[in-house]
Amino acid sequence: MSSLAVTASRPPFISLSLDNWRFALVAGIIALIVSVTLFPADVSFWIVGVFAVLLAMSSVINAYRRQYYGGLLVAPAIAVLFVMNIFPLLWSLGLSFFAYQSSQQTIRFVGLANYIKVLTNDLAATANWNALINTAMFVVLTVAAQMIIGFLLAMIFAKQFPLRRYLLILVLTPMMLSVVASGVFFTYYFDPTFGILSYVIGNITGEQFILMDNKAGAVAGIVFADAWMWSPFVMLLVLAGLVSVPKYLYEAAAIDRVSAWRRFWTITFPYIRGLLMLALLFRTIEAFKLADMVILLTKGGNDTMTISYHLIRIANEQNKTSEGAAISYLMLFMVIVLTNLYLYLANRRQQGA
Amino acid sequence: MANTISILEKLGFRKASGVDEAGWGRTLFVAAVSLIYFLPVLFIIFTAFKPQASALSVPPTLSPTSLFGLIPDQFVFSPTLENFGSVFERSMTSGGAPEPTGFDRYFFNSIMIASMSVLLALIIGTLAAFGFSRYPLKGNDTYLFIILTTRMLPAIVVIIPVILMFRVVGLSGSYIGIIMLYTAFNLAFTIWMMKSFFDELSLDVEDAARIDGSTGLRVFFKICLPQVVAGLAATFVFGLILTWNEFLFALLLSGPDTRTVPVAMNQAVSSGGRGTDWTLLAAIETLFLIPVFVVTFFLQNHLLRGVTFGTVKR
Repeated sequence: MSSLAVTASRPPFISLSLDNWRFALVAGIIALIVSVTLFPADVSFWIVGVFAVLLAMSSVINAYRRQYYGGLLVAPAIAVLFVMNIFPLLWSLGLSFFAYQSSQQTIRFVGLANYIKVLTNDLAATANWNALINTAMFVVLTVAAQMIIGFLLAMIFAKQFPLRRYLLILVLTPMMLSVVASGVFFTYYFDPTFGILSYVIGNITGEQFILMDNKAGAVAGIVFADAWMWSPFVMLLVLAGLVSVPKYLYEAAAIDRVSAWRRFWTITFPYIRGLLMLALLFRTIEAFKLADMVILLTKGGNDTMTISYHLIRIANEQNKTSEGAAISYLMLFMVIVLTNLYLYLANRRQQGA
Repeated sequence: MANTISILEKLGFRKASGVDEAGWGRTLFVAAVSLIYFLPVLFIIFTAFKPQASALSVPPTLSPTSLFGLIPDQFVFSPTLENFGSVFERSMTSGGAPEPTGFDRYFFNSIMIASMSVLLALIIGTLAAFGFSRYPLKGNDTYLFIILTTRMLPAIVVIIPVILMFRVVGLSGSYIGIIMLYTAFNLAFTIWMMKSFFDELSLDVEDAARIDGSTGLRVFFKICLPQVVAGLAATFVFGLILTWNEFLFALLLSGPDTRTVPVAMNQAVSSGGRGTDWTLLAAIETLFLIPVFVVTFFLQNHLLRGVTFGTVKR
């Protein structure tokens, strides 16, 4: 990477050259202010859009002429993410400081009032805290179940044996089902009158078995369904790591008569650690957003309301857009703390090893 | 450069990584585990072949054949194909004439939207991952973390600004809008995944190629990409599965012409107020499963080969 020598000097600020992105940036900001104050929203949208394209073009040409390959390679991804994700995120961050309901046209600046409301205000706050505690419970239970099941599945598939690919696809299938279909069918499996589970247990104990009539049963049902669907995801990532371990390391270990336990921790684990961390990270994030299974299985009954489902209710059904935005930013804050903790621990272990 | 690789190969590096052999004993054990894991899916597929009347029978019917008397008659149903017909054409009111349901269109939409967005995310994301891995920017980790945060928020928060934005630009209900949205949705995963694959690669071969005068592009296409084929396949499959079944964005952003199957499935099953139509739902899901199942099955080869991966241990 020493070849990144600067080959062209910076253009002066005022010159109208194609790679003068600084000038394009300043012109764009001026155009933004002018057009927003002077023109109606849709016209100014297009004006700002043209300047955004100009700015993007000039930075790309600038990066190309100066061989900033990193920036060039990353630019398209950043552009797509900015337009489709980061810009809407900032917009809703802004909304969380206003009193705004999507059913009404009025909008009013209220500062931190939404945050104070969702955290401390009487009725709303207790529901929020309950949903939050439930979410924490679901995150721990579902992620633990998925990591354990996924890891075990990967271990049994980590050798080459006859018919392996046909069996592997069977295990991968749950992940390919639509949540709508699998969730609806799990309500059927757990159904007290028609369901298979109640039929089997009812035949053994002789009484009607209702899984969903208390909190423990409802939680177990949701965790089971979610873990069943997403353990294959963890399995695939771990498996990708397991098959990448060079065979000669195992051969060397066999010559040295290293025990299986030690072989796992010194050879296998370093190879799958990164992928395990990735699986843990993505599953935790998804578990934080757990809503669809809950909606389909219990509709939040039996104290199984999660923060994400709560949020859908507030923002979509009750139209409290800005309150919803406030809750989701608190959620985001928690997930960021959690993921940073993961990454910190991962880095520390890597340096320690 | 060719020299380096051939030396490495002679030393037994490139081809040596991989997995041990195990015999039919392992196959039997894994088959038992896999079949138990697969049972809920198998039940859905069987339900698609059940006559509507026996969908909710007690005890539940479990098998289309009695397996030469092995399974008691009360668990056996007589298979039928009429549910698959009614996915595409059925009478909407009781006793009415059969009408087309438009599901052929929805299947086309799902295939088109999912494949386009996953491919786009794979192209853009792999380039970005290579950039992040080989040409770290100032504040590289911060960029990566911001990209990750785009996947952390519940979709419901992003959706309102996106709806407003699409309405202004005229993208609501169009293919381009939802494809771009799904591309962004897949990018975070693609970048993180591909970066971890690029990070695992040895730099020795690349440096040797650079010293021999290969350009950055050539190094990327000839040396790095072939080594991460397994990663590309895995990422493609994950992206496809996630996009294939995405529900919330599709529900709120697709128009009548661009509706995807999960949305249509939800409407078809819960409409009419007659409760869940189990056999119809099972038939739609079974048909909907086939494309993603086939793609995953054929990409498994790449997924599991793992031969070109990790040429030299760093």
